[in-house]
Amino acid sequence: MSDTVKNTLLFAVVAGLILVTGFMQSWNTAILIINMGLISAIMAIGVNLQWGFAGLFNVGVMGFVALGGLAVVLVSTPPTPGAWSAGGYGIVLALLLGAATVVAAVMAARKLPKGRTQTLAIIAILVVGFFVYRAVFDPSVAAVEAIDPAVAGNIGGLNLPVLLAWPAGGLLAAGAAWLIGKTALGLRSDYLAIATLGIAEIIIAIMKNEDWLARGVKNVYGIPRPTPFVGYEIDLQSDPSFVERAAGLGLDPVTASTLWVKTGYAFLFLVVLLVLLWMAQMALKSPWGRMMRAIRDNEVAAEAMGKDVTRRHLQIFVLGSAICGIAGAMMTTLDGQLTPSAYQPLRFTFLVWVMVIVGGSGNNFGSVLGAFLIWFLWVQVEPIGLWLMDLITAGMPDDSAIKTHLLDSAAHMRLFTMGLILLIVLRFSPRGLIPEK
Amino acid sequence: MDLLNALVALANFVIVPAVAYGSQLALGALGVTLIYGILRFSNFAHGDTMAFGAMIAVLVTWGLQAAGITFGPLPTALLALPFAILGCIALVLITDRLVYRFYRDQKAKPVILVIVSMGVMFIMNGLVRFIIGPDDQRFSDGARFVISARDFKALTGLDEGLAIKTSQGITVIVAIVAVALLFWFLNKTRTGKSMRAYSDNEDLALLSGINPERVVMITWIIVAALATTAGVLYGLDKSFKPFVYFQLLLPIFASAIVGGLGNPIGAIAGGFIIAFSEVTITYAWKKVLVYLLPDSLEPSGLVQLLSTDYKFAVSFVILLIVLLFKPTGLFQGKAV
Repeated sequence: MSDTVKNTLLFAVVAGLILVTGFMQSWNTAILIINMGLISAIMAIGVNLQWGFAGLFNVGVMGFVALGGLAVVLVSTPPTPGAWSAGGYGIVLALLLGAATVVAAVMAARKLPKGRTQTLAIIAILVVGFFVYRAVFDPSVAAVEAIDPAVAGNIGGLNLPVLLAWPAGGLLAAGAAWLIGKTALGLRSDYLAIATLGIAEIIIAIMKNEDWLARGVKNVYGIPRPTPFVGYEIDLQSDPSFVERAAGLGLDPVTASTLWVKTGYAFLFLVVLLVLLWMAQMALKSPWGRMMRAIRDNEVAAEAMGKDVTRRHLQIFVLGSAICGIAGAMMTTLDGQLTPSAYQPLRFTFLVWVMVIVGGSGNNFGSVLGAFLIWFLWVQVEPIGLWLMDLITAGMPDDSAIKTHLLDSAAHMRLFTMGLILLIVLRFSPRGLIPEK
Repeated sequence: MDLLNALVALANFVIVPAVAYGSQLALGALGVTLIYGILRFSNFAHGDTMAFGAMIAVLVTWGLQAAGITFGPLPTALLALPFAILGCIALVLITDRLVYRFYRDQKAKPVILVIVSMGVMFIMNGLVRFIIGPDDQRFSDGARFVISARDFKALTGLDEGLAIKTSQGITVIVAIVAVALLFWFLNKTRTGKSMRAYSDNEDLALLSGINPERVVMITWIIVAALATTAGVLYGLDKSFKPFVYFQLLLPIFASAIVGGLGNPIGAIAGGFIIAFSEVTITYAWKKVLVYLLPDSLEPSGLVQLLSTDYKFAVSFVILLIVLLFKPTGLFQGKAV
């Protein structure tokens, strides 16, 4: 069996699984799996770029995904009236002052001669800078957060079309990745892993606590949809021609409108995925991609050939993170709300890693396949687990404590299954379902 | 008098909590550092190993309480600790046999082992949630305080109280005992010496006839004991919640790396450095400063450098500074 046939079959199997979901459960579930599968595929391409192409161990995916979500709020929501004049400019000024402090400290570290004077100068700059920053920052934040705290209390966004937020999410994630890469990429692989793990937690902590930015844990609701590609259910239901067409298919207007809205998202996401997949394939085949793999396989040899390893690593780290940021922006758009407390590392970092490794690290199509397959399992393990538990506990009396416990715990089968799949693939097929060529 | 009050306030809000937290981090970091020294990879499943051990302790504690067995003023969990350690040892030995040994025989790259440990992390996390659920569990009993703030005030006549929780006292004592045992084992016994030899130079150790599988097995046993102890102490001090143990991974790694990965003394020092920085930077200093400064200079705000939600950021920044300026850690660790 040739590779092409095998790979087509694998994709067909996953498509079949989703179709079965549609027939057996509901088409709504099936299309939700497709939507999140598409988004996960984009995240997986980003991680594959870093790990598969360049061997960079980034476990901060969650942070970049969250930054993409933040970009959606900052770009597409309407600005809060009066927030900018009350404290918005003060906050920007404070952030600039903070950045200036860090830059000054770095300059002092570089320019001044080594010794006690240098240390003292750096400490003095940092301490003075910190207090100046807080003196400007605190009152401005208080002013912004005081504006209508029940519904706003943040600076709001730019009121631009939400589609613009997707590239903006990529840019925001890329900027953060550049800063992180500059400091942490020189480190060994597992130090980089711990550094990125920490940064992701910090990004989430900032998003949870800085209410002026995106309302923190109070969440932002009602993010506009990418009209005209995706409409609103209410409009569709009151549109007579749509109701008529739905009736022609034997669907009631409510179901038809929800399906139609989700299909709209699916098409948008598919376009983004195809564009990114094409770009990633081109990158893989190009001399640049060959150089990356050469660096991954033998850093010392590549450096001896005159390749600037650190610069190339920074480049691909930024690119991969930007893709994760785009995916994060798309996900927040799909959800229609930003909930910082929903970002969990197991779900947004490690699950994406499972996708990449199961699919086949180093192969873009593998990442896409892995993303769909793992996302399908992530959704379906719960009902399957419940069904299994029903079967196991069928013989037990209804009031037995073990029965209730087992039924309650079925929901936690997910993580266990994901770990098991990861370990089995790593052990018996370490190159994944579609191995790198 | 003001100075005394300031000192007591400082001890109550900064020193006592930081010492207890630091001991818990140190025990956790010792486990990470031992795995790194002997098995040569960063074990991402360590937080969940702690959660698993602590979970068994919680279950056994409930069993003992139901049977009417308590430990007087001390928490019953201390009686459950040996059983929990045994359970955790069984788990990690099975994991090693089924998972890690294969990659060890293959001489897989450390980064592959890290990914494998991610898989183990998922499974352990799933197991814990499956058995005890994702919610908060209370299992501390016995006397709540060694000395309460009111008793302290009555005793000394000061305005500020000093409260020491039983869990904090026990944490420090148990940690000291565990560390003393560990160092005695590593420095005085034949097996401990062979472990250090294996960590320093694997090839030379193999040449001198040290059985690597035995060294690895003993390492896992010690790591399981340390992880369970750390997990139970943390659970007694705060509360048992599976997800929190996963989040402890970051400060624990930070402690191990700041001290120098692979170096046990470094892990302990790192634990206390991280704990003290986290607590001092996120503590509102107003209370202490009110006593120290003259009235005219009294601070108007809370004088809190960072809000407590950013404690991760503190451990992380320290980690980054150490990595950038002294990559092997404060005490010479190993760099692979």
